[in-house]
Amino acid sequence: MSAEGGAQGYIVHHLTPLSVGEGFWTLHLDTLFFSVVLGGLFAWFFKSVADNVTDEVPGFAQNVAETLVEFVDTQVKDSFHGKNDLIAPLSLTIFCWVFLWNLMDLIPVDLLPLIGSLMGMEYLRVVPSTDLNATFALSITVILLTYFYSVKVKGLFGFLKEILCHPFGPWLFPFNLMLRLVEEFAKPVSLGLRLFGNLYAGELLFILIALLPPLIQPALSLPWAIFHILIITLQAFIFMILTIVYLSLACEDH
Amino acid sequence: MSINATLIGQMITFALLVWFTMKYIWPPIMEAMEARKKKIADGLAAAEKGQEDMLLAEKKAKNVLKEVKEQSAEIISLAQKRANEIVEASKGEAKKEGDRLIEAAKAQIAQEMQQAQEGLKKEVSELALNAAEQILQAEIDKAKHKKILEQTAKQLGKA
Repeated sequence: MSAEGGAQGYIVHHLTPLSVGEGFWTLHLDTLFFSVVLGGLFAWFFKSVADNVTDEVPGFAQNVAETLVEFVDTQVKDSFHGKNDLIAPLSLTIFCWVFLWNLMDLIPVDLLPLIGSLMGMEYLRVVPSTDLNATFALSITVILLTYFYSVKVKGLFGFLKEILCHPFGPWLFPFNLMLRLVEEFAKPVSLGLRLFGNLYAGELLFILIALLPPLIQPALSLPWAIFHILIITLQAFIFMILTIVYLSLACEDH
Repeated sequence: MSINATLIGQMITFALLVWFTMKYIWPPIMEAMEARKKKIADGLAAAEKGQEDMLLAEKKAKNVLKEVKEQSAEIISLAQKRANEIVEASKGEAKKEGDRLIEAAKAQIAQEMQQAQEGLKKEVSELALNAAEQILQAEIDKAKHKKILEQTAKQLGKA
């Protein structure tokens, strides 16, 4: 890409999503497209493994899938001591999906937008986790699930009692309620923003490196990409672990 | 960078994906892993049992070997004893046989000697008789002195 609009124009161009619609009813087509494709990739891979699953010596794909499943299962069993058929598959989905989102960050920043521009797309932002809508969609869903399980496990009355009577006892219920509200607000925001922030910053750095002279770029982008392998895995892992923790808190009686 | 309807689309996608994972992916993979776990555990148990059996068999084989060794030692000692006996017996027999042969040889020698003696005596007596005959031819009448001559011959034969 030429830096016709200057460096700032280049950066802004890269971080502008391909969208349709006005106001709230705007849809980020690139975010939706890539997350659906990556979700489909995840579902296809695991479904094909699950269809050909064998308890004999596993093949390569099954080995990979089982390693992931076992890894997630261990994490869930470590923090969650109850029976819940949702949490483990949910965690696996989050881990793999977020990881695949983040993985898009390692594709050279100009490659897919270039292909997109050849197909007539003015903007293309390929990493779904650099879209707040994507990360908040996950975190809000997770928080809604914690409400669902709180009510389901403790009952509506038990849930209200927990909100009003913790941590300072029933007589200080306004403080309890306020603390709880802050907490409930902070949970999805921190969950969504953490992932978004890390990946947005990472993407920005890749874009900045891409502005440098071509011969200098590898010296910077290579170490950053290698370091990024750690970050994208870690962020997916953190998102999954926090999901498990929030849900197990919701499911446990105090 | 604003929150918009994309959020709703993403949430729907997420919900569908979680549902799909929960329904079609997690259970079969988990089941297979459990099944394999059981298989491996069974295999390990079988291996352990096999090892135990092997140790037992080894012990048994050792015992059998020991018994066999004892038996063979016994048989060998018995055989040695028997061989000694046989050797002794054959030695005795050989000695007997040798003695017998010597006896027989001795007897034969004695017999032959006697025969030779007798032959010699006969020859000597004949010679003597011849000599005497020649000496006494003229003077002694054969018929007259026949009795004396016979007597002498008899005496010679007896000696």
